[in-house]
Amino acid sequence: MNTRDAVHDVPSASRPTPIIEARELTRHFGGKRELFTTTPTIYAVNGVSLKVQAGETFAIVGESGSGKSTLGRLLLRLLDSTNGRVLYQGKDITSLAAEPMRRLRREMQLIFQDPFASLNPGMTVGRIVGEPIALHGLARNGGERAERVAELLRTVGLQPDYAQRYPHEFSGGQRQRISVARALAGEPKLVVGDEPVSALDVSVQAQVINLLETLKHSLGLTLIIIAHDLAVVRHMSDRVAVMYLGEIVEVARVDDLYDTPMHPYTQALLSAVPASTPHARRAVPVLGGEMPSPTEPPGGCHFHPRCPHARPRCQVEKPVNERVGDGHVVACHFWREIQNAGGSPSLASHVSAKLEERLAWYRAAQARAVVPGVSDHHG
Amino acid sequence: MTTGAAAASTHAKVASPTKRIRNRALARFVRNRGAVVGAVVVMAFVLMALFAPWLAPHDPLQTNFLQVRQPPSGIHWLGTDELGRDVLSRLLFGARASLSAGVVSVAIALVIGLPLGLLSGYYGGVVDIVVSRVTEALLSVPFLILAIALAAFLGPSLTNAMVAIGLSAMPRFLRITRGQVLVVKTEDYVESARAIGLRDGAIIVRYILPNVLSPMVVQASLTIATAIIAEASLSFLGLGQLPPAPSWGAMLNTAKDFVDQAPWMSIFPGAMIFLTVLGFNLIGDGLRDALDPKE
Amino acid sequence: MVKLLCHRLLLAVPTLVIVSMMIFGLQKMLPGDPVLAMAGEQPDPQVIQYLQHKYHFDEPVPQQYLLWVKDALHGDLGEALRTGVPVSTLIAQKLPVTLQLSVMALAFAMLIGIPGGILSASNRGRPLDYGANVLALSGMSIPNFWFGLILILLFSVHWHLLPSAGYVSPADHFWLSIKTMLMPAFVLGMGLGAQLMRHTRSAMLGVLRSDYIRTARAKGLRWPTVVIKHGFRNALGPVVTVLTLLLGELLAGAVLTEQIFTIPGFGKLIVDSVFNRDYAVVQGVVLCTAICFILLNMLADLLYILLNPRLRRGS
Repeated sequence: MNTRDAVHDVPSASRPTPIIEARELTRHFGGKRELFTTTPTIYAVNGVSLKVQAGETFAIVGESGSGKSTLGRLLLRLLDSTNGRVLYQGKDITSLAAEPMRRLRREMQLIFQDPFASLNPGMTVGRIVGEPIALHGLARNGGERAERVAELLRTVGLQPDYAQRYPHEFSGGQRQRISVARALAGEPKLVVGDEPVSALDVSVQAQVINLLETLKHSLGLTLIIIAHDLAVVRHMSDRVAVMYLGEIVEVARVDDLYDTPMHPYTQALLSAVPASTPHARRAVPVLGGEMPSPTEPPGGCHFHPRCPHARPRCQVEKPVNERVGDGHVVACHFWREIQNAGGSPSLASHVSAKLEERLAWYRAAQARAVVPGVSDHHG
Repeated sequence: MTTGAAAASTHAKVASPTKRIRNRALARFVRNRGAVVGAVVVMAFVLMALFAPWLAPHDPLQTNFLQVRQPPSGIHWLGTDELGRDVLSRLLFGARASLSAGVVSVAIALVIGLPLGLLSGYYGGVVDIVVSRVTEALLSVPFLILAIALAAFLGPSLTNAMVAIGLSAMPRFLRITRGQVLVVKTEDYVESARAIGLRDGAIIVRYILPNVLSPMVVQASLTIATAIIAEASLSFLGLGQLPPAPSWGAMLNTAKDFVDQAPWMSIFPGAMIFLTVLGFNLIGDGLRDALDPKE
Repeated sequence: MVKLLCHRLLLAVPTLVIVSMMIFGLQKMLPGDPVLAMAGEQPDPQVIQYLQHKYHFDEPVPQQYLLWVKDALHGDLGEALRTGVPVSTLIAQKLPVTLQLSVMALAFAMLIGIPGGILSASNRGRPLDYGANVLALSGMSIPNFWFGLILILLFSVHWHLLPSAGYVSPADHFWLSIKTMLMPAFVLGMGLGAQLMRHTRSAMLGVLRSDYIRTARAKGLRWPTVVIKHGFRNALGPVVTVLTLLLGELLAGAVLTEQIFTIPGFGKLIVDSVFNRDYAVVQGVVLCTAICFILLNMLADLLYILLNPRLRRGS
């Protein structure tokens, strides 16, 4: 059992009870002893602690296999943890009984990744969206329920008369909207999106992201977005947690993370984000190798085999969460030394001096060329 | 679900995917000549069984010791049996025993096998282990042997034969159901049902059951065919329908002693069994092809 | 491999136990008092007492079960009611007969089924395939006891070519033995052959669609060579599996066939003991069948793994 500092800071402005909190959450799969063999143990999530404040958009990023989807389900108790605790609004719900948990589910919903597999093909859209309403008794009769369904559909940007149709008649983006409508039907406080836009076309991704943002503000939701696309995350999150091989390596406010990433893994991830101009590219070593299998996590710091800054201590001793700044936490032994290795390309364009000069000439020429017919040969 | 104040939709009302699959499957089924022939044959036998009292020229139980073992003639189109009874009439009434045996046995197998398969597949754990072991044990005895053993211990009667056949056929339904449940269980939409807080019962009925029915239908049709042969076999061995009630299998049982003297007693009942079973097999095959997305 | 074998053996044990419990439980289903049924018309109290003691009816049910199992493990499956012949002796006498019938029937089945399936698959969609499928379905739908009767009608009654009943041991007179078994074996084998043909066809179809077959043809190999050498070898796996499934039908078919042709085999033993209400024999015979089946299925599993090199490593 690793003793980890459960210091997981929140912007120091206030410390209200987080809407959802994980304490040393651990989940292992497998390890079952069968007749002659033992199935391999998958260390999906190891001792993860985090706090999400009400009303914020909290992102969890990582590669495939990092355990982020598992973490999402652990938070909602769709999976039971091997160890650790989950607290909802300050109350420990880790071993909450089935019936109260079912009632609680109304307040915490999940949006799935694959829009083509997450809707029951045998139910109409109206039934799908209306199911939580019926289940939690939020409408007095069928007519009222139908009205609520219609309103929900409108809210997510779909026509109310879609309620009579079946999922297979809709596109991926529309299906995801239906999923959102269903998630909102119970009037939840917390919505977890498990890679909600990964399976959609890029053009549609933006629509769904904007929808989620709008809804979050209008309904006062808390969003936890699990994703691997850093550009998406930057756009919509307040705080970000970076996961690697079942553990959280860094948590920070979004701007802090993107501007001054501390953990080598975060740095490597961010360096892979395409730059907006060639000048903004950084010379950061490309991350070599592959993430190891969760069945055989490396000892000490999980990241040490691929870390360009790895030292002997990293192979042996597990790093502990250390506070870097306001609301910024990192799990690395040598973050101070690595500090200046770089962040992501900044959003603002980095313009060179020569280009500035030429632009000035161009604008000047434009200002002069008021009379039509007078041609200018300046560039 | 009607939307309260929705304006009339310009979109035509589309059937549920299950219904659409059914319609597409129906179209494929109808195109399959063999399947259609099978359906027609089965329909003919069903009508024969239903209208036997009106179709039969003679009383099937009426013995006539003066007309024993008569070859086919104008009065008795298919001849008479060893007690002078009209073979044709007995054949028509025998359809009732065979068809009802086929359907009831499969109904018994379904009523037991489907829920058990659903529960053991969905919940897993100890229930599943126990049910699987018992199913395997039942499957380790050949179907007909099991039916014979059960019928022997229950006592000869048509009802007992149906129960015996039903119980013997049950393991196969259970296994198929369970297999399908294991596949459907892992789909995202089932997890989404749990995520909104639905109870297990609702999940099983609304989310899992509808997606399990397809292979069940095929298996049911093919099992009716097997059940009809099984009932005939049991009656042939004296374990099913007891005389004097007419049953195709029982008719063959007495016929075998008169093969040389009255071959018509052997030919026609067996032909009936053959045709009925062929019909159900054709339907089952047709259903399998029609519902198989790969073909 | 050995690990796999042990694994399979261990898995079979609970199945065996449950089967034995179920078979034992059968006799508890009997309406009325079995002792009275066995004692006959005039129940002599001494006879009743003797029977009760002999069959352990005076002891609690679980005890009865354990005693029954203990006896069975020693080869004692009880005795035939009227003759007093031990069941194990009866089985030892009759099983070889059914074995001979089965082997000949399997030969017929494979002769009809496998080439038929291969031909059908190679000519997919053409009239040959369609016709073969109809034949196969018919073969599956014919009740074999009726088919037997028809053949008797033709070959024995009408044309006097083959004997209609009885059994001759091959030890006594080999060719007569074969001749006597010919019709029954054909009847039994035909139904199996029909099913085997359908399964071979679908297995071959699956194989023929695959890329390595296309490669073989592209290499310029002649079609029959391709089909048999490359295709069938890979279709062998599912075919073997089907054969084991058919073994069950083989025995069931034997029951009816032996009845029609009056062959004193294992199948007829079951039928006769059922008629005679000789429940001890029925139980012993069914138990024997179940054990054989479980062992045969294990064998088939192992054979399948052997044939399929991909499964040989690991479980």
